[in-house]
Amino acid sequence: MIGLQHYLTVAAMLFVLSLAGIIINRKNLILLLMCIELMLLAVNTNFIAFSRYLGDETGQVFVFFILTVAAAEAAIGLAILVVLFRNRRSIAVQELNTLKG
Amino acid sequence: MYSYYLTIVLAPLAAAIIAGLAGNKIGRAGAHWITIIGVGLSCALSLLVLKNMFWGGAAAENISVYTWAVTDGLRMEVGFLVDRLTALMMCVVTFVSLAVHIYTIGYMHDDPGYTRFFSYISLFTFSMLMLVMSNNFLQLFFGWEAVGLVSYLLIGFWFKRESAIFANLKAFLVNRVGDFGFILGIAAVVMLTGSLDYATVFGGAEAMAEQSIEVLPGNPWNAMTVTCILLFIGAMGKSAQAPLHVWLPDSMEGPTPISALIHAATMVTAGIFMVARMSPLFELSTTALAVVIVIGSITAFFMGLLGIVQNDIKRVVAYSTLSQLGYMTVALGASAYSAAIFHLMTHAFFKALLFLAAGSVIIAMHHEQDIRKMGGIRKYMPITYWTALIGSLALIGFPGSSGFFSKDLLIEAVRESHWHGQGAVYWIAYLSVLLGVFVTALYSFRMFFLVFHGDERMSEKEKSHLHETPAVVTVPLIMLAIPSAVIGWFTVGPVLFGDYFGDAIHVSSAHDVLGHMGEAWHGSLGLLTHAVMTPVFWLAAAGVFTAWFLYLKRPDIPATIQSKFSALYKLLDRKYYFDDLYIKGFAAGGRNFGKFLWQKGDELIIDGVIVNGTANTIARLAGVMRHIQTGYLYTYAFAMIIGLTTLLGWLIWLR
Repeated sequence: MIGLQHYLTVAAMLFVLSLAGIIINRKNLILLLMCIELMLLAVNTNFIAFSRYLGDETGQVFVFFILTVAAAEAAIGLAILVVLFRNRRSIAVQELNTLKG
Repeated sequence: MYSYYLTIVLAPLAAAIIAGLAGNKIGRAGAHWITIIGVGLSCALSLLVLKNMFWGGAAAENISVYTWAVTDGLRMEVGFLVDRLTALMMCVVTFVSLAVHIYTIGYMHDDPGYTRFFSYISLFTFSMLMLVMSNNFLQLFFGWEAVGLVSYLLIGFWFKRESAIFANLKAFLVNRVGDFGFILGIAAVVMLTGSLDYATVFGGAEAMAEQSIEVLPGNPWNAMTVTCILLFIGAMGKSAQAPLHVWLPDSMEGPTPISALIHAATMVTAGIFMVARMSPLFELSTTALAVVIVIGSITAFFMGLLGIVQNDIKRVVAYSTLSQLGYMTVALGASAYSAAIFHLMTHAFFKALLFLAAGSVIIAMHHEQDIRKMGGIRKYMPITYWTALIGSLALIGFPGSSGFFSKDLLIEAVRESHWHGQGAVYWIAYLSVLLGVFVTALYSFRMFFLVFHGDERMSEKEKSHLHETPAVVTVPLIMLAIPSAVIGWFTVGPVLFGDYFGDAIHVSSAHDVLGHMGEAWHGSLGLLTHAVMTPVFWLAAAGVFTAWFLYLKRPDIPATIQSKFSALYKLLDRKYYFDDLYIKGFAAGGRNFGKFLWQKGDELIIDGVIVNGTANTIARLAGVMRHIQTGYLYTYAFAMIIGLTTLLGWLIWLR
């Protein structure tokens, strides 16, 4: 029987994978955006799992909201990415260190 | 009389303002005419006031002109107290000032600061009149500071000269020390009587003398003694009494007319006038009077000695002024206030005369002031010679001259002043004034002989230019020579022994030396016939003879004495090391202390540690911290995760 903990385990694994993607990735900024999306999905999975477990639909409504916001955020993120590429001719993460002290 | 008083005071002020602000418009002649008219008007009206007092029997007037402020019951007013003491001072001030104004036309003839100079001396006349005519302590203080200010401006009149700047700063600073005492004295008066008005304060003097002040905790001192000594410290500064005398010889850096007017005849006598004016207070404190008499004696004798070794013609006269001021102070201390004021008056005439005569010689010598380079000027400058002779004779108290009456009787008063007991104070005072007579005669005639007699030591070129000075110079000399010679004759009786001062000067019956002497007074002629029997006469004659012998008969002796007693000569030449003490001690000490505070306190602690230190620490810390900032997105993400984990861990497990 697949229970709550299995869902949570999957979600946690997804989250950790995406986190590792953010930290380890040195090359591509698009990958970073994808990792963030993945992170949100992991959270969504948790929402749905808990919603089902607790019998409360609010969690599922929240998932819709998050998906909407995530879509908007992805659009903005990609737009910034395009502008960044136009400016620097590169989207490699390791070259983006203007804030270095 | 009210309008008279206002005119007397305001005419010189108006002249000073016009000459000062519109000097360029009215020109040089305009400036001297307007100031001379202003002062001349003051002088004429002052003489009229004196005449009304003296022959008309006019009563003393106490008039309040303007109330400046009232605060907490303390009235600050501008007012005139014109009694006989004031009237006498007004005449002396305006008369000498008038003579000096006229003389200045000749002395400052080629000076670019001509109009400025006239503006200053008129302003001085105004300030001095405000001082002597005041009826309250505040106005007295105003006049006191105003004359100090003008004195400062005039000592530094040639402000491009290094030495003049040094001298005026010195005068200013030394006077600040005296003024510090003076203002504390006024504060004590206000604290004890709650009033600035003379009449009220003098009325409450008896009550004041019964109070005590704890200046140091646990030592109650008589309030009157403390007040009087504080006031006298002010007088010491202004009247150049030891140890605050150091500024007066240096003030000779100013133009000679100033030396005559301010640093001989009037301003420096303000301290003497003030103490005489405060006689109702000083009479109640014998301790304060003892302080006054001792300070005066020290000044009278020791400053006279310095005159013997000076070679600058003006400095010799300056030291003689110090010595004579010491005489006046001794008279004040002996409660012979009238004698002090009388000597003040005669001294104003003959000392101004001597200064102006010295100035006349300086003009003729083209601003050479060293008496070793003069000599035999007598035949070139007869008027200057004769007037200087009158001045010198008056200074040493030659029988019949004005100085004779004032000085002889002053010394007599000190001798008679047994109320100080026969103790040390009495003997210090009496011996100082007595030996001072010899010293006075010696330095006066040393200068006189060196300048006017003997070999002509100036260069041939100088000699060919030598001639008598113009009338604007010689007329004031004659103007002053006349009172120097004769004024003693007919004023001595009424001023000293008559009832001239009336209520203006208060002497308690126990101290009344002059009243006691008055019983044996037989008129001027009587005194004159007794002159040859007094030690004073013989000491003066010995002084003149010594001067003649040393500087005319055997001019080689002084050099021998100088080398034999080189230690003593050095002590005198260095002016008892007072200048060294003040310049290297107080001035340098103050500067070093200031430098210490500047370098250690301000630059090191406040700037270095507190202000810049804070900034530097933060900058250094930031220099270390900045290495954490890689600028890479993943580092920040990692840091966020760590932070998040830590917070969550704290929330879950530790709370």
